[in-house]
Amino acid sequence: MDESELLPHLFRTEYRKLVSVLCYLFGIEHIEIAEDIVSDTFLSATELWSLNQIPENPTGWLYTVAKNKTKNYLKRNALFEQKLSADIKYNTPKGEEIDLDLSTKNIADSQLAMIFTVCNPHISSESQISLALNLLCGFGIQEIADAFLTNKDVIYKRVNRAKSALKEARIKIEQPTISEINNRLETVLTTLYLLFSEGYFSTAQNVLLRKDLCAEAMRLTYLLIENEATNKPAVNALFALMSFHASRFDARTDEQGEIILYQDQDETRWNQELIEQGTYYLNQASTGDQLTKYHLEAGIAYWHTHKEDSPEKWESILQLYNQLLMLEYSPLAALNRTFALAKANGKEEAIREAEKLKLIDNHYYYSLLGYLYTDLDNAKAVRHFEKALSLTSSHAVKIALAKNIDRLMSPANPQTQLAHVLLPRH
Amino acid sequence: MNEFLLVIHRDLTSKDASPSPEQMQASIKPFQDWIGGIAAQNKLVSPPKRWDAGGRVIKQNNTVLNGPYAEIKESVGGLLMIRAADYDEAVEIAQGCPVLKWGAVVEVRMAMPTV
Repeated sequence: MDESELLPHLFRTEYRKLVSVLCYLFGIEHIEIAEDIVSDTFLSATELWSLNQIPENPTGWLYTVAKNKTKNYLKRNALFEQKLSADIKYNTPKGEEIDLDLSTKNIADSQLAMIFTVCNPHISSESQISLALNLLCGFGIQEIADAFLTNKDVIYKRVNRAKSALKEARIKIEQPTISEINNRLETVLTTLYLLFSEGYFSTAQNVLLRKDLCAEAMRLTYLLIENEATNKPAVNALFALMSFHASRFDARTDEQGEIILYQDQDETRWNQELIEQGTYYLNQASTGDQLTKYHLEAGIAYWHTHKEDSPEKWESILQLYNQLLMLEYSPLAALNRTFALAKANGKEEAIREAEKLKLIDNHYYYSLLGYLYTDLDNAKAVRHFEKALSLTSSHAVKIALAKNIDRLMSPANPQTQLAHVLLPRH
Repeated sequence: MNEFLLVIHRDLTSKDASPSPEQMQASIKPFQDWIGGIAAQNKLVSPPKRWDAGGRVIKQNNTVLNGPYAEIKESVGGLLMIRAADYDEAVEIAQGCPVLKWGAVVEVRMAMPTV
């Protein structure tokens, strides 16, 4: 990793740990102080590392500097320390100065406490997700705005309002109780899946960074599995889902960072260890009587780890999508369900169903129709692919669509060749 | 968009009830696909549940009968809520119900706006 990548990378992985530990130490009233100390730490790193050599242990350097800045802050603000000492989280022996505990355990505890603080019903789930991305994941306001397809101002206001609301409600940053876990786990999982998806499905070219996001989302989810109280079936299902997706991470981009579509992927590059890990945790998830969307999505992802088509595969995927849509509608699930319907029940039935969806702003919708009409009515197929082309801005998708159109226009090509399907999520 | 109740009635009491248990078994996949298709259009308000076929029938004078319902030949076999623009669309969706061909009856009722 070169210098230009190192700091953003460390910012991704360490910013939120430091913020969590400091918030856990200071309490909700002083989130800004925690953020300032950490931002200041990274500012020092930026200044010094660009002048001198990068320290041998950059993470250790950041921790030391953060500790010192915390000590200095507390010394300068004796009053603050007095106020703080009332509900201080550490058993600091009398007379000794507060030392920032950056042990693995305290980082994990702090993050768990912070996850459940942020995902508090006092603020809307929309705000929870934005705040979680900001505080727990070190996402910039712009990145959150991109993830939600909205603008910076909206997110900026949302994050600040959320912080104020948590402060006003005097929410304690502490280990969650059983009932809090039951109430809030769903929001926590939504946030973690969103974080994972940001890494896995975003069109950003920086593969390393995106992999980081996936790894961080998986690490946080695993943190919930490691804690007995949060080790629920849905958490295991989500972890399985992430593992199955992540198994294709290396196979789904080429050296230029362009997306390689599912059917073009070299399956020998699928990570078998992650597939086995996913299978293990999907089994772990098969307890209790709650069937969550994560169970269903993990089931779908499991079948996608089998590349070759079989009637069993597509029938299973179809039924999983049927169930998923009954739980929760999404255009993406509707489109993928219709693709599975074509595979399981035939294209004629799928066309009838597809035309009822009327997702006329969605380029995937026209890609799907193009695929369904291929070989049945190639002129119509071309028109649909062209419509899809006019609606997408993704380079990889444009190339694949143009290939499909070429293939259909050229009489020399065998008509039986499958057109590329451009449905996301694989 | 309006909400509609789709009530699937079927004969649970006769000896030669239709759909028969075998027909019900064979209709699981078409039924799931039908519901999935409604859900894929974002028109499913409330999915069907599996209802116990036993049930109770309550009448005046504190009369409670254990099912099956000797006096009501066509019992509720399934119940779901959908979204549709009008009766025409709701009926079109209901016509897709795969157990119709085995003698089940689907009742479609539009929810009235609360005043």
